[in-house]
Amino acid sequence: MKQLSYHADEQGFYGEFGGAFIPEMLYPNTEELRKSYLEITSRPEFQKEFKALLKDYVGRPTPLFYASRLSEKYQTKIYLKREDLCHTGAHKVNNTIGQILLAKALGKKRIIAETGAGQHGVATATVCALMGIECVVYMGALDIKRQAPNVARMKLLGATVRAAESGSKTLKDATNEAIRDWINNPVDTHYIIGSVVGPHPYPDMVARFQSVISEEISGQLMEKEGRELPDYVIACVGGGSNAAGIYYHYLDRPEVKLVAVEAAGKGVDSGHSAATSALGKVGIIHGSKTLLMQTQDGQITEPYSISAGLDYPGVGPMHAHLFTSKRAQFISITDDKAMDAGRELAALEGIIPAIETSHAFAVFETLKCKADDVVVVNLSGRGDKDLQTYIDYFEL
Amino acid sequence: MRRIQETLKQKGAILSIYATAGYPKLNDTVEVLKRLQASGVDMIEVGLPFSDPLADGPTIQESSTTALENGMSTEVLFEQLESIREHIHIPLIVMGYFNPVLQYGVEAFCQKCQAVGIDGVILPDLPLEIYQREYQAIFERYGLSMIFLITPQTSDERIRAIEAASNTFIYMVSSASTTGKINGFSDENSAYFKRIADMQLKVPTVVGFGIADAETFQQATAFSKGAIIGSAFIRHLKHHGVDQIAHFIHSLKPSHA
Repeated sequence: MKQLSYHADEQGFYGEFGGAFIPEMLYPNTEELRKSYLEITSRPEFQKEFKALLKDYVGRPTPLFYASRLSEKYQTKIYLKREDLCHTGAHKVNNTIGQILLAKALGKKRIIAETGAGQHGVATATVCALMGIECVVYMGALDIKRQAPNVARMKLLGATVRAAESGSKTLKDATNEAIRDWINNPVDTHYIIGSVVGPHPYPDMVARFQSVISEEISGQLMEKEGRELPDYVIACVGGGSNAAGIYYHYLDRPEVKLVAVEAAGKGVDSGHSAATSALGKVGIIHGSKTLLMQTQDGQITEPYSISAGLDYPGVGPMHAHLFTSKRAQFISITDDKAMDAGRELAALEGIIPAIETSHAFAVFETLKCKADDVVVVNLSGRGDKDLQTYIDYFEL
Repeated sequence: MRRIQETLKQKGAILSIYATAGYPKLNDTVEVLKRLQASGVDMIEVGLPFSDPLADGPTIQESSTTALENGMSTEVLFEQLESIREHIHIPLIVMGYFNPVLQYGVEAFCQKCQAVGIDGVILPDLPLEIYQREYQAIFERYGLSMIFLITPQTSDERIRAIEAASNTFIYMVSSASTTGKINGFSDENSAYFKRIADMQLKVPTVVGFGIADAETFQQATAFSKGAIIGSAFIRHLKHHGVDQIAHFIHSLKPSHA
């Protein structure tokens, strides 16, 4: 079964990466999930409710849009997978819908989540409101200041936002606080992790919920191009959930080139970067063995990117494996290039992307795709939340 | 390993103290250990600080952050402990997280531990299965005891598996919590202590998390071999300094005064 080797094995390992490096206090929590997630999510009634919510609440399937002016500029065929049109404005909600249904099936009464820029927090608060379940979102104290509109959204949706005051007061610390909450509330609480990170089974579970993205593309591409497989699939990677979702059905199809775009920040060697594949070493973060940015002594360092959604010091174990096995090509894009690419997409196609997503649009000069190549870019989120950053950057 | 086994065999209720290395000042480590021993502590856990200590509460995380800012690292800790066995005869256990050990090199870490006279290691985020599959042989080669945690949620079956992999003691986490979280024990805690005592494990248990004073120490040791105090000690150290260590220890275990 060599073709399945890019998926997680039963212990949650992707090659040498993944697993569950967790304190014993979390063992029963993750063990309950590990034993039940495949069984529960394959139940017909689960699938029925999941698909109905994705259709009627999230607005799926999201369109696959042929970007003709962008295609003309880069002399190749570029399609946009419009995850920005999902309810709440990004792909994040695909996962939170799946996990809230799983939490309900497990009889959980309380939901916790971590958030960086606030997108996953909003997506979690949204599904908790939908289901009438208590929701607590941990957010770094610094991020709460930087992302006030999303904090307000979560509050409107009825969630409690708790500030993570420890460490660097950003996403990794919010994740630490959420994990601690889970340790202190092991029985009634489900932790909705927002990316393909964390201990097994989270990376695999989140990838499966996000795999609806690549599942839809095959039929859409058949309709438009008369073929099932694209030549390139491009996605930005922070933790890596939108990338995992759009790669999923192509992982074992080597003829599809996978491109992962990381945030170089002010430059890979500038000391202000989030390019984990270039700067990271193998280590343990948040319960998973993966590539992460750290000091020589093994202390986890604080990454930087202009986009708050990409500044995670690690990367999901699936992506660490795709990188070291060379199944995916990793490209780092600076803040400046990403901002220009975002502005270009707005001008050429009338779509303002999230700045995370903008990174994925800055790779065409590097990739040199051929004229008849079919390229699919995951337009993972819309740019409304980043308006202030665009205003400041371009002095609009 | 043998030093821990002998201490457990020869002494009554064991008082073990957790102290973050390099705290409150970088070069306080050895002085803290000396004072703990002199004031009658039976065993010490030396905390190797980590940037993201998931199992710990705010007190220990804050001390870890301070220690890292002070310049503490795995390398520096081993330098500080180089001649520690000229002064300290009670068991010393290094408690930390797996990533710094992985970066140092697991074998190099074990070798250094043995060289300076460390008896055991606690790495909460290195799970039993992975330890057994990949690292047990290395730790045993250097005479280091790996100490595992159990919690009120740990199943009997898993406790038996942990018992089989343990050669000194089992660290019994008093409740579903991070360190420094609770104050005082409930009937529920006592029932859990008793349930574990009734299992008659082949290695003793030592209770940690939630022990802060003489009363909780006594409650914890009624059903177990000993108790570990971390956050309460770090708090005392923060507010009263290294000079007052004996005062704190004597308040816990008057028999040692």
